[in-house]
Amino acid sequence: MDLMSLTATELGRKIKAKEVSVTEAVTAALEAIEKRESMVHSFVTVDKEGALSCAKEVQRKIDDGTLSGPLAGVPAAVKDNMCTKGLLTTCSSKILSNFMPTYTASAVLNLKEAGMVVIGKTNMDEFAMGSTTETSAYGVTKNPWNTEHVPGGSSGGSCAAVAAEECSVALGSDTGGSIRQPSSFCGVTGLKPTYGTVSRYGLIAYGSSLDQIGPVAKDVTDCAALLEAIASYDSKDSTSIRRESYHFTEALVDDVKGLKIGIPRDYFGAGLDEDVRAAVLAAAKALEEKGAIVEEFDLGLVEYAIPAYYIIACAEASSNLARFDGVKYGYRTTDYEGLHNMYKKSRSEGFGAEVKRRIMLGSFVLSSGYYDAYYLKALRTKALIKQEFDKAFAKYDVILGPAAPTTAPKIGQSLGDPIKMYLGDIYTISVNLAGLPGISLPCGTDRAGLPIGLQLIGDCFKENNIIRAAYAYERTRAYEHSPVAR
Amino acid sequence: MSKEYETVIGLEVHVELATKTKIFCSCSTEFGGKPNSHTCPVCTGMPGSLPVLNKQVVEYAMAVGIATNCEITRHNKFDRKNYFYPDNPQNYQISQLYLPICRNGGIEIETEYGKKTIGIHEIHMEEDAGKLVHDEWEDVSVVDFNRSGVPLIEIVSEPDMRSADEVIAYLDKLRLIIQYLGASDCKLNEGSMRADVNLSIREVGAPEFGTRTEMKNLNSFRAIARAIEGERARQIDLIESGEKVVQETRRWDDNKETSHAMRSKEDAQDYRYFPEPDLVPVVIDDDWIARVKARQPQMRTEKMARYQEEFGLPAYDAEILTGDKKLADLFEAATEICHKPKKVSNWLMVETMRLLKDNNMDPDQITFSPVNLAKIVNLADAGAVTNTVAKEVFELVFKEDIDPERYVEEKGLKTVNDEGLLRTTIEQIIKDNPQSVEDYHNGKEKAIGFLVGQTMKAMKGKANPGMVNQIIKELLS
Repeated sequence: MDLMSLTATELGRKIKAKEVSVTEAVTAALEAIEKRESMVHSFVTVDKEGALSCAKEVQRKIDDGTLSGPLAGVPAAVKDNMCTKGLLTTCSSKILSNFMPTYTASAVLNLKEAGMVVIGKTNMDEFAMGSTTETSAYGVTKNPWNTEHVPGGSSGGSCAAVAAEECSVALGSDTGGSIRQPSSFCGVTGLKPTYGTVSRYGLIAYGSSLDQIGPVAKDVTDCAALLEAIASYDSKDSTSIRRESYHFTEALVDDVKGLKIGIPRDYFGAGLDEDVRAAVLAAAKALEEKGAIVEEFDLGLVEYAIPAYYIIACAEASSNLARFDGVKYGYRTTDYEGLHNMYKKSRSEGFGAEVKRRIMLGSFVLSSGYYDAYYLKALRTKALIKQEFDKAFAKYDVILGPAAPTTAPKIGQSLGDPIKMYLGDIYTISVNLAGLPGISLPCGTDRAGLPIGLQLIGDCFKENNIIRAAYAYERTRAYEHSPVAR
Repeated sequence: MSKEYETVIGLEVHVELATKTKIFCSCSTEFGGKPNSHTCPVCTGMPGSLPVLNKQVVEYAMAVGIATNCEITRHNKFDRKNYFYPDNPQNYQISQLYLPICRNGGIEIETEYGKKTIGIHEIHMEEDAGKLVHDEWEDVSVVDFNRSGVPLIEIVSEPDMRSADEVIAYLDKLRLIIQYLGASDCKLNEGSMRADVNLSIREVGAPEFGTRTEMKNLNSFRAIARAIEGERARQIDLIESGEKVVQETRRWDDNKETSHAMRSKEDAQDYRYFPEPDLVPVVIDDDWIARVKARQPQMRTEKMARYQEEFGLPAYDAEILTGDKKLADLFEAATEICHKPKKVSNWLMVETMRLLKDNNMDPDQITFSPVNLAKIVNLADAGAVTNTVAKEVFELVFKEDIDPERYVEEKGLKTVNDEGLLRTTIEQIIKDNPQSVEDYHNGKEKAIGFLVGQTMKAMKGKANPGMVNQIIKELLS
C-alpha cells in the first residue's frame, strides 16, 4: 500500500488503529521525497533525522494516549517562511541562506502539538513575492502535473509537495492568493482563513496586514482538520482574533440545500481562459443541482484590487524587509568599506530582482509627498472593497469563481512581464484586502491536462460556509492523483 | 547701533518610562544588565517576531498627559518610522506620528519675572533603540539590545520659552510632575530624561520666527543652560555678520562648551512613516481616563498645602521637601512611622542636605530607608543618645543604611542617666580641678563649661548633659 496516496485523515486513522506506525508513515514520505524531488524540487530543506526522531516521540504519545487527534503522526511540510527552531528558514532567499531561528512559529507549534511530524521546509517565491515559485534563490519548483510548468506561487513548494505526495499535508501562507493560486495550479485544496484566525507569530512578514497562514491538502476534509489544528488565539500576535468557534470539521456535511451562492459577473470577463470558465461554471451547476441557490451579481471595484494590493503589500514589505541588513543574522557581503557600503552590498547581493522591485515600489509609495496619493488612497480603496463584499454577503453565503484566470503557465514565461504576472492575481487579491476566507479546490483539467481551481469565498469568520460548499462539491468527483505521484 | 534679539526655544523631551517590562515584549527594562541579557526575538528584530503593546505604557503616557493638561486621543495608532541604523534592530522604530496619545496641553512655570504657561504640543509613545559600543582597539562596533524596546514618551513643547531660565524652570516642573506620577525617575545623567533644544533668534518685535537649529547631547541642566547661551550667541554672530542660520541638527560638546553640525535639513531623511500594521488601534474610553485620573497622586502644590495643614510644617520646610519626590516620599514614610513631622523634616533639611552637599549627591541618590530615619528621630528625641552621637550615627545611616537602634546598643552609645555613676565621676573631676572650682566661686561662670566638658570626656560623650550640669551646680553650691 502506498501510504502517501492516502489522504491525511485516512493515514491518521490507520496510525490511530495501529495499522501503520508513525515511523512507517514518515519513512514513506521521506522515500517519496527521495524518489520525486529530482522531478519537482518542492523542498529547500528536508529534515530526515529530525522527522524520524520526532516520529518515535509522536508514536510514544499516541501509544500512551496523550495524542489522539485525527492528524497525529501524519507527515507535514512547512513553507520556508515560518520559523522553525534549529531548522534552516530561508524564505527562499540568499539573504537568509544561513538563518537558523531561535524559536518556532506559533502555527508550527500548533501543528506539532497536534502530533504532525515536520519533514521539511518547502520552496517558495523569495519572501512570498511572486506567483510561480520561480523567484526562489534555490531553483524553481515544477508542477507535478507537468514538470515543464510552474506550480504557481508563492506557496508553490507546499502545493507541489502535496500534489506529488511527498507529504500528507502542508502549511502555506497567503498574502494575495499564495495558497489558493498554487493549489489551483497543482490540483490540490488550499484554504486562506479569515485574517487573524491563524497566528502570524513566527511567519516572516511580507505584507503584515494581508498575510495569513493556511492549510494545503489533498481534499477539503484534510484542509478543515489541519485548519482546526493550527488556528488559535495567540497573545503574541496583536492582530490575532479570539474566535467563537474553531470547529471547522463540523462543516464537513454533504448538504448545500438553501445555501445562497453568488457568482460575480466581474470574475468572468476578458482574460479568463475558456476551459477555466467552463469548469468553474460546471461546478456552480453541480452545486445548484445539489440544492444550492445560485445567481449572478455585480461585485464592483474588482479592477481596483490589484493596484491597491500592490501598493499596500509593497509598502509594508519595504519596511518589513528592512531588518535584513547583514548586521544581526543572514547574509553579509564579504568585502565592504564602512557601514553603508555593507548595508548596500549585503542587500544588493542578498535579494533577488522581484524582491528589489517590490522594495523600491513600496519605498516610493511611502515617500514624503507621495504617501497621500498612493498609500492612503490604497487604504481607502481597501476599505471600499471590503464594503462591496459586505454588500454581497448580505445576500449570499458564498461567492463562487475561478481561483486564477488560467492554468499553470510554462516555466520561464512569467517573470519577463511582471505586470502580466500581477494581473493573474485578480481573483484572489481582493479576498486578502477584505480579510475574508477563501478556498481553492480542483474542479477539472484544461485541454492540456492541467488542473483548474474553483474558488469559494466566505464572509469573515464564515469558513464553515465555504468548507460546506467545497465538501459538497468535492463529493461529486473523484480525487485525481498527479502524474508524478501516480 | 546694536539690535536687540529675542531667543525662541521649544523642547523635545524624551522620558524613559518606569515600566518593569519593555513596550512590545516582556523583557526586563532594568538598567545595567550584561549586554544582550534582556532580549528576546521581538526586541532584537528577529524575523517573524511581532510586537504586543504593554498597557502600562499607555497608562503612564495618559497620566503625564492628564497632569500636563493635555487632551487625550481616544483612537490611538502607532506608526513606523523607517531608517537604517544598527542599534535599531528592525530598521524601523515604532512611534506615533499621526495620532499621538496627548495633545494641546501646557504647564505653568515660575521664574524671577513671574508666572508663564508653556504649551505642550503633543506627547507620543515610542520605543528606545539599542546601544552601539565602539571598540577602538579591535576596530569593530558591537550592539547591546538591552535598551531596545524600553518605552519612551516624547514630550514636544510649543516654542514658548524665551530664556535658559525658562527652559530650566520648564524642565524642572516637568521632571517633578513625572517623578510624582512615578512614571519615570527622570535622570538626565543616566539618560532616562533627555532634552533636545530647538532654538532660533529674531529681532525683538519681529512677527516671524527665525531659522531654528536643534541641539542634541545635553546631559545636565547646566549643559542645557550653557548650550542655549552658546547657540544664541552663535546665531546672533551669524546674523550680525550678514550670514544665515542653517536649519540643522547640532551636537553639544559640554567639555569644549561648543557645538558642531551633525546633519542639515538637506540631508534630512525621509522616514517613510506609515501605520504599524502589526498593532491594532488602542481605544481609550472615558472609563479608562477616569481610572487613571483616580489613581493620579497628589502634585506638588497640593502636597505643600497638606504638609502645612496636616503636619504643621512651616511653609519653607514644605517647599523644600516637596521640591524633590525622593525627599517628600522619605518624609511621609518616616513621619508615618514616628509621628514627629517637624523632627523628621529637620533631619532631612539639615543633616541630610549637609551630607548630600558634602558628597556631591542629588536627593534621588539617597539610599537610607525611612525606617532608619524614623529610628534616629526617636533616639534623639527621647534623649536616648546625645545630639552629637545622633549626628555621628546618622552619618552611618546615610552611608550604609544601618539600623541605628541596634548600632547604638552594640556600641554602647546610649546616654548615661545613672545619677550615682554621674555623681561619683563628677566628684572625682571636681577633686582633680581645684583651679576651676576656685574660678567658679570667684564668679567665672565659664569655668562650669570646662567641668562639664571634662565630665563628658570621661563619660565618652554619653552622659546626659542636663543631669551633668545640674549635679555640678549642686556639688559646687
